[in-house]
Amino acid sequence: MKLDSMYQEVILDHYKHPHGRGLRDGDAEVHHVNPTCGDEITLRVKYDGETIADVSYEGQGCSISQASASVLNELLVGKELSQAQRIQDAFLELMQSKGQLEPDDAMEEVLEDAVAFAGVSKYPARVKCALLSWMAWKDATAKALSEGKTA
Amino acid sequence: MTDARQGLTGLLDTEAIRKDFPILDRTVHDGKKVVYLDSAATSQKPRQVLDALNAYYERHNANVHRGVYTIAEEATALYEGARDKVAAFINAPSRDEVIFTKNASESLNLVANMLGWADEPYRVDRDTEIVTTEMEHHSNIVPWQLLAQRTGAKLKWFGITDDGRLDLSNIDEIITEKTKIVSFTLVSNILGTVNPVEQIIRRAQQVGALVCIDASQAAPHMVLDVQALQADFVAFTGHKMVGPTGIGVLWGRQELLEDLPPFLGGGEMIETVSMHSSTYAPAPHKFEAGTPPIAQAVGLGAAVDYLTSIGMEKIHSHEKAITEYALKRLLEVPDLRIIGPTTAEDRGAAISFTLGDIHPHDVGQVLDEQGVAVRVGHHCARPVCLRYGIPATTRASFYLYSTPAEVDALVDGLEHVRNFFG
Repeated sequence: MKLDSMYQEVILDHYKHPHGRGLRDGDAEVHHVNPTCGDEITLRVKYDGETIADVSYEGQGCSISQASASVLNELLVGKELSQAQRIQDAFLELMQSKGQLEPDDAMEEVLEDAVAFAGVSKYPARVKCALLSWMAWKDATAKALSEGKTA
Repeated sequence: MTDARQGLTGLLDTEAIRKDFPILDRTVHDGKKVVYLDSAATSQKPRQVLDALNAYYERHNANVHRGVYTIAEEATALYEGARDKVAAFINAPSRDEVIFTKNASESLNLVANMLGWADEPYRVDRDTEIVTTEMEHHSNIVPWQLLAQRTGAKLKWFGITDDGRLDLSNIDEIITEKTKIVSFTLVSNILGTVNPVEQIIRRAQQVGALVCIDASQAAPHMVLDVQALQADFVAFTGHKMVGPTGIGVLWGRQELLEDLPPFLGGGEMIETVSMHSSTYAPAPHKFEAGTPPIAQAVGLGAAVDYLTSIGMEKIHSHEKAITEYALKRLLEVPDLRIIGPTTAEDRGAAISFTLGDIHPHDVGQVLDEQGVAVRVGHHCARPVCLRYGIPATTRASFYLYSTPAEVDALVDGLEHVRNFFG
């Protein structure tokens, strides 16, 4: 069934057992909403020099948006900023592929669990759900950088 | 399920009606028949309306109120004929009280702007108050917020009770001598509630406030009689009442339309123009600047003919029966919570609900896979979601072509949703 391409086991697993959920101390906080559906996320980033020490979040939304935030936390915490930006770019490319992009080994290595979202890119109405936390992270990082909280 | 369907009375001959709506024969996702349960967002269109649009463009297209040639006169007659049809449909005392707009939002914005620019006694300013409700669609909230921000007027609200009704317990404190305008929805697009117009209007008239009614979810579904309503303005849109998109209506009492200033300026709305100043055409033209949505108005005229040929009372009875059946069946679904009235009394045919912790987006996605089209989200009524502490709802809404079998398809689909995320 086509639905299974969107709701991969990995995604449902992250949805039911989210990683790193809850707000903790951070350098910057943002609140993003998806006005078409009311999904919301509050997200904080904490940097230790160039290293992402923590990404904490709280929000409400569909399985796709919640699972995506969980995957983001799992993937980015502990990474260097430059590497995290490469992961973000790859995820964005995948989500904007309209289902046309078959992730290769190189992409899978970068995105790990996040490749499971490839199927979501076929559903235009849901791409924003998947990207909500990633856009919030990007925004929070820019805010932390501009406030000089990172080295 | 057949047991539950027995005893349903007042249903229309949907088999015949559905033949008029080509889209209802469509399939999606490998041959699944579309079960269209989103008529509160927009209705489907019968062949009669589509034919009227085509005939207009193929045979009568010209600009209105200008040309002296044959087809221009035909176009004008069709456009103005549509106004006559709408006036009769809502029992307007005069055809000149029917203003064509592009949708209900524009109609409501037009009222807000008329009052913002008006002279006394209508003028909304810092010493006056505007009243609306927590139940409104954003299109009946934001124009008033803008007006309040621009004039300094105070915006006041009626709240909602736990069971989805307007809380009018403090009506005398909400509507006061300072109130200039009370604007509220006749039927809620998210809760389905039909509001008690009489009580609100009586209080507004006591204090001399104008009343504007958003009838977007009423005009398609019940007899709409602007004289019986006794409001000052009534707004609705064509595309929810089997008409095309791009055409809406504002009805206003004639003396008000004469007194109140225009909002948009341009061609068509003037009497004379000089470089020094202009004078305006009488209503409704004063409020219809520029080339109007001609084909869309003609399409709305055909939609009104279509609804009238079936009969608004019969449509209302049909929807009431479907709504009763749907409420009954939905309440059988485990973990399902109806947001809004749980009986069909004083209720329209839009039913919002939540299903356990499953987010409406996920509900809608799995339903779509089975061909069932519902709306998910906050339905442009975010204050209602905040009121009930929920991020969003799933909404199923019914119309004259909806069948009990489609209710069953929804309920079966929800079972599937529960299994999928269980």
